[in-house]
Amino acid sequence: MWSYEKRLQFPVNIKEPNAKLAQVIISQYGGPDGEMGASMRYLSQRYATPYREVAGLLTDIGTEELAHLEMVATIVHQLTRNLSMEEIEKSGFAPYYTDHTIGIWPQAAGGIPFNACEFQSKGDVITDLFEDMAAEQKARTTYDNILRLIKEPDVCEPIKFLREREIVHFQRFGEALRITQDNLNGKNFYAVNPGFDTAEGDGSCSPKCGCQQK
Amino acid sequence: MNASEQNRMLKDISIIDFTLVDLNEYLDTHPYDKQAMEYFNHYARIKNQMMRDFSARYYPLTADLSTDTRQWNWVLSPMPWENISQEGGCN
Repeated sequence: MWSYEKRLQFPVNIKEPNAKLAQVIISQYGGPDGEMGASMRYLSQRYATPYREVAGLLTDIGTEELAHLEMVATIVHQLTRNLSMEEIEKSGFAPYYTDHTIGIWPQAAGGIPFNACEFQSKGDVITDLFEDMAAEQKARTTYDNILRLIKEPDVCEPIKFLREREIVHFQRFGEALRITQDNLNGKNFYAVNPGFDTAEGDGSCSPKCGCQQK
Repeated sequence: MNASEQNRMLKDISIIDFTLVDLNEYLDTHPYDKQAMEYFNHYARIKNQMMRDFSARYYPLTADLSTDTRQWNWVLSPMPWENISQEGGCN
């Protein structure tokens, strides 16, 4: 269940349109390391962990990513408001404009549409948490790349905020991984998949397999 | 309505809420940290009051904070991407 607060997580007040910037920032809406993939990744992965701290963290970060998705959409929207046809043609925005006018649509900077292959939900909490830590770093790198392209402070500030959150989330997922491993067989973390196997393996082979039952 | 006062209140809410979001995620992986819980409870009370004050004065920030009887301000008030900001703006 969710509810909506009618405000942004961090203020976005962009005065000057800039279609060139909009075109790169849209990647954090629907690109390979964007906020849509982030939110869907965590909210989908929640069911595969028996550890409440981890399921709760995935819920809360997945929820925060939705607030980030709204911020990125707001940045793109404000960067494309009141664009003249001349600016659209000059800035290279014409291909996006042709299909979406200045509507918000999830795509990467290079025009590739969002799809679920941009994240994984593997049904194995260790695998998922390693993906999540990598995902936060990839998003951080993308924001670093975007920041090198921006000079305008009113665009920089919300992007810097979003970048910092990637670092905090990386830290939290690292703690979630530690909590997960503390609950597993210390001799072999991979002896069982706690979201799938019903009995604890003896740690001698992985995964819990036919050879143990002989 | 004073747009700059309205923006200041919204900004204050986002500052307090940021503290809560960060503490919430920290507490998810440290559920027995008493000091963090104290901070969380303290700022949660402040945010709650600020949300009520803003909603009574300008427009409801969540639908259930509405006290409207004449017009449904939840939908008539500006969407967050409109930036009512600096210049004085609308509303």
